[in-house]
Amino acid sequence: MAAEDLPSEFDVVILGTGLAESVVAAACSRVGQRVLHLDRRSYYAANWASFTFNGLLTWIQEQNSQTEEVRDWSSLLEEGEELLHLSDTDSASITNLQVFCYTKGAGEEEFSHDVFIRSDFQTVTFLNQSQAAQTPGEEPEAARPHPSAAQSQSEPTRKKLSYAQLVKEGRRFNIDLVSKLLFSRGSLVDLLIKSNVSRYAEFKNVTRILTYRHGNMEQVPCSRADVFASRQLLVVEKRKLMRFLNSCMEETEEQQAYNGRPYLDFLRDQQLGDNLQHFLLHSIAMVTEDTPTEEGLASTRHFLRCLGRYGNTPFLFPVYGLGEIPQCFCRMCAVFGGTYCLRHSVHCLIVDRDTNRYDAAHTGVCVFLSRAVLITDASVLPGESDQQVSMVTVPPAAAGGPTVKMVELCSSTMTCVPGTYLVHLTCQSTGSAHQDLSPVVTMMFRTTESEEPGNEHGRPFVLWCFYFNMADGSAVEVEGHQLPCNVYVCSGPDGSLGHEHAVKQAEFIFHKILPDEDFCPPAPNPEDIIYDGDEGAAGQEENQGEQESDL
Amino acid sequence: MHGRVKVKTTAQQEEEKKKEREKKLKIYIAARDACFSKRKEGIFDDEALQLTQQLLSSNPDIATLWNYRREILMHLETVRDEDEVQKIYQDELLFLESCLKVNPKSYGSWHHRGWVSARLPRPDWARELGLCDRCLSLDDRNFHCWDYRRMVVRMSGVPVEKELEFTDRLIGSNFSNYSSWHYRSTLLPLLHPECPEQDSPRCEPPLASPPPSPQTHFHRVCEEQLLKEYELVQNAFFTDPNDQSAWFYYRWLLGRAELEEMISCVYVSREEERVAVAFSRPVSALSVGLLLVLDGQPQRVEWRSVHPHFKHSPVWICDLPPGTISDTSNEHNLTVHLTETHTHKDCALYTGRSESWCRDTATDQELFRSELSVEKTSVLQSELQSVKQLQELEPLNKWCLLTIILLMRALDPLGYEKETLAHFQTLKEVDSMRSAYYSDLCSKFMIENTILKMEYAEVRVFSISDQNLTTLCHLDQLLLVTHINLSSNDLQRLPPQFAMLQCLEVLEADNNFIESLEGVYRLPKLEEVSLKNNKISTLADLQPLASCPKLKRLDLRGNPITQTAGVESQLAELLPSVTDLLL
Repeated sequence: MAAEDLPSEFDVVILGTGLAESVVAAACSRVGQRVLHLDRRSYYAANWASFTFNGLLTWIQEQNSQTEEVRDWSSLLEEGEELLHLSDTDSASITNLQVFCYTKGAGEEEFSHDVFIRSDFQTVTFLNQSQAAQTPGEEPEAARPHPSAAQSQSEPTRKKLSYAQLVKEGRRFNIDLVSKLLFSRGSLVDLLIKSNVSRYAEFKNVTRILTYRHGNMEQVPCSRADVFASRQLLVVEKRKLMRFLNSCMEETEEQQAYNGRPYLDFLRDQQLGDNLQHFLLHSIAMVTEDTPTEEGLASTRHFLRCLGRYGNTPFLFPVYGLGEIPQCFCRMCAVFGGTYCLRHSVHCLIVDRDTNRYDAAHTGVCVFLSRAVLITDASVLPGESDQQVSMVTVPPAAAGGPTVKMVELCSSTMTCVPGTYLVHLTCQSTGSAHQDLSPVVTMMFRTTESEEPGNEHGRPFVLWCFYFNMADGSAVEVEGHQLPCNVYVCSGPDGSLGHEHAVKQAEFIFHKILPDEDFCPPAPNPEDIIYDGDEGAAGQEENQGEQESDL
Repeated sequence: MHGRVKVKTTAQQEEEKKKEREKKLKIYIAARDACFSKRKEGIFDDEALQLTQQLLSSNPDIATLWNYRREILMHLETVRDEDEVQKIYQDELLFLESCLKVNPKSYGSWHHRGWVSARLPRPDWARELGLCDRCLSLDDRNFHCWDYRRMVVRMSGVPVEKELEFTDRLIGSNFSNYSSWHYRSTLLPLLHPECPEQDSPRCEPPLASPPPSPQTHFHRVCEEQLLKEYELVQNAFFTDPNDQSAWFYYRWLLGRAELEEMISCVYVSREEERVAVAFSRPVSALSVGLLLVLDGQPQRVEWRSVHPHFKHSPVWICDLPPGTISDTSNEHNLTVHLTETHTHKDCALYTGRSESWCRDTATDQELFRSELSVEKTSVLQSELQSVKQLQELEPLNKWCLLTIILLMRALDPLGYEKETLAHFQTLKEVDSMRSAYYSDLCSKFMIENTILKMEYAEVRVFSISDQNLTTLCHLDQLLLVTHINLSSNDLQRLPPQFAMLQCLEVLEADNNFIESLEGVYRLPKLEEVSLKNNKISTLADLQPLASCPKLKRLDLRGNPITQTAGVESQLAELLPSVTDLLL
């Protein structure tokens, strides 16, 4: 530690500031553990981070230029100890980065088409060196003529932001690496409330659930008010849907008879029409056609329980992006005495050979998520208000293909500038992110001006987009590593829509370290804290726990 | 454990809070006393304004302080110029907003806001409407705010369409809201009034100035708009058939205007020298200005209702001076004037006739029309179809069943009688808590049907035995009935309204559970009463019969009273006219 007045002894050392790590840090600090929380990166939240537009461009570049520095730390060893080396980079967790820019740079008539490809073998290929590859600091557009004059001639009605404007307004974007939502009655919301960490963040309701069906974007009626207002449903369908939604909350023998059989069969046998089956399967239960009935019903119930707590949809989204959440927990940790240090790597662990047996095993990640981030100029379903936060389910085009979950954020979520929408797409990888998601993108968006001339109400235009693959955290097995017994491993973000995985993991690790402590008890109000008296400042080391993240 | 945050215990917190409260209370009481004494001294200054503001912002429900504040403000109006007054009142509105934030349902705050808004020299109604919007979006059932909104709308002439759009919005976000539906029902007749001429294809909203305000009441809506409303409300009850508000609105849509006040029947009896008048709805003879003209001569008569219980009644009677019409060789012409509505009804008593009447020819369309609509049969028929569709999905929904019954009654009460009874049976089973209500309603409908049948048959005999009647109603329609048979029902009493059967001669009510005969009161022609197997147990129960002068035959077999010792002699004393007593 550089500063002398900082503590040098800790009960818990946590590496990486992802969600699960940050929750563990807050939980430990909250019950009086001395926490050192490190991250080798220059930003919080690891693969859960949110970036400004310019920050994201920098991040993309960094992903392409990581090198590992190997040093020998064996001089630190004492008798009976050995070293456990830790990887220094994210080399395995982010792959296949590709950036496309479709909006005009000022004065340019053709579209810039920039592609970076980074394969799993860590070879970086610049297909086309252009603006996007330049560091934001250079501001290449600044010297060029103002773009609005050229644009107003070609398209008088819809003004598009140029790339230069995106860069200029880049600070107003908060682009998440992962795309998730908070279930209103999910474990993360419960934890935020229970621990009082919620006071550090603000949330917006997702305002509508959409689905892509028969080439159209449709609103899914899921709440009572939606069903009432829906124009696509006949009154009889409304009754059937409402009745189903009410009845499925309770377990019945009839439902149990379908255990093990596909949910779709169950829905079909409930005399629900095609569109109701679609809504229930893809948008409400968010499962696939062959998901068993009990699982489908469980997720339907979870969805319905979350309805109405904060609004007409079951989801919340944090203002300023998901990267806020880990930071809020870090803040809680710091408030209760945790020490933070970014840009600080831990290269190896020193392990007592006698008490801790281990095999230094490094697991490669083989399951990936495909992600795409789009900046568009219009909503996929323009409505009365232009400030809609939409959750969109896109069922697989062909059976067996991945279901794409799409979240469209408007500017009031503070993740993009007014006049633009930030669209996140996520699915399980079958190929590279571009292979998986570009068909969906071309289906729902326009990437060229000429495609639909004169069609003002056409699909939204993509100004800029970014594809990448990220390791699926839920695929990393935490148990079973031959690690020292006081080392615990957190996985990165998983592919599901909620945060259940990370919260569960954090609670699990916390109880491993401190089996008898309350997990994230409510933080007291500032006025109730007693500051005088310094009793108990010097304590004994009780439990040494260390975690490593991001295998 | 070291480093753990020390937090105050609940006991410590309680102690601190208690001290805090005591301190506050002292300040509060001091300020309150200061206010009261200032008011007593008649001081209306800025300091008083500030003091009351402090108190009211912590407790907005002290009406006295609001009154004092109004006195101060009215005083300031007289001493300040208009701009200053405007400023004072604007500050007052801001202060009230802070009060409403603390307690959005304070009577005092809302009332004061209404008062201030009305006195503001240059009111900003748009802002006030915005405040209502915000308040109602937070709590769409805050009736204080609804009241205030109506006042703002009235004062500022907000177009009716705008208010209708507002209810659209509220209903869209949550249709379980009586206030919004009801507001709609007051707005629609203004915006889309029913066409007076049936042949005009569509109605334009009247371009009258001043704009119609939601306070005036017409009741009907033109058909084009009605169809849209049917669709809207169907969406609501198909979405949630257990929500009452939508069903009530639907009933309003299907319903029709109240009957006009008019004379439906005039009856004159030569023997009793008595005139009975029936009205379309209960009236008070004193207030409607009832005037009897006999052969061109206004008569000074005393109108009385059929039973001392009634101040309002659909039937009123009067006795003519003795000898006026008793001579059967004379012909008389009667006219009853209703001076309030400038209507009248004539009735001629011809030579040799002992009685005479004049009544509106009652058809099924008109008789019980206040229940349900005059809409074209096709519209009602299609509504019945869609509600039946819902009933197939929700066979046990009570609102749905009840609405089907009402629609069937509007369409063809006699034709659907069997189905109606079956639905009533289901209703009593699914909603057993209200089975007595359904029994009464069913009784009412059965009585209506029997009246219709009697009308078609043009007889004066009303027979409704073995129909599980639990209550009697529409007795005003039976003014001319001479024979009534109520045997084998579930009646417990003959209510005071029964005294409207002024022509009744024979009453049969065997096999019921009757314990009270209140309504068998001053029936001038009643001769025979049969009450076999009922629950009459004391002599007092039979007391009303003593007021019927012609009663000759009384059958009380199978009643508890027959077990009483010496009942026969007591009855002979009570009812001296009875010659034929069966015990």
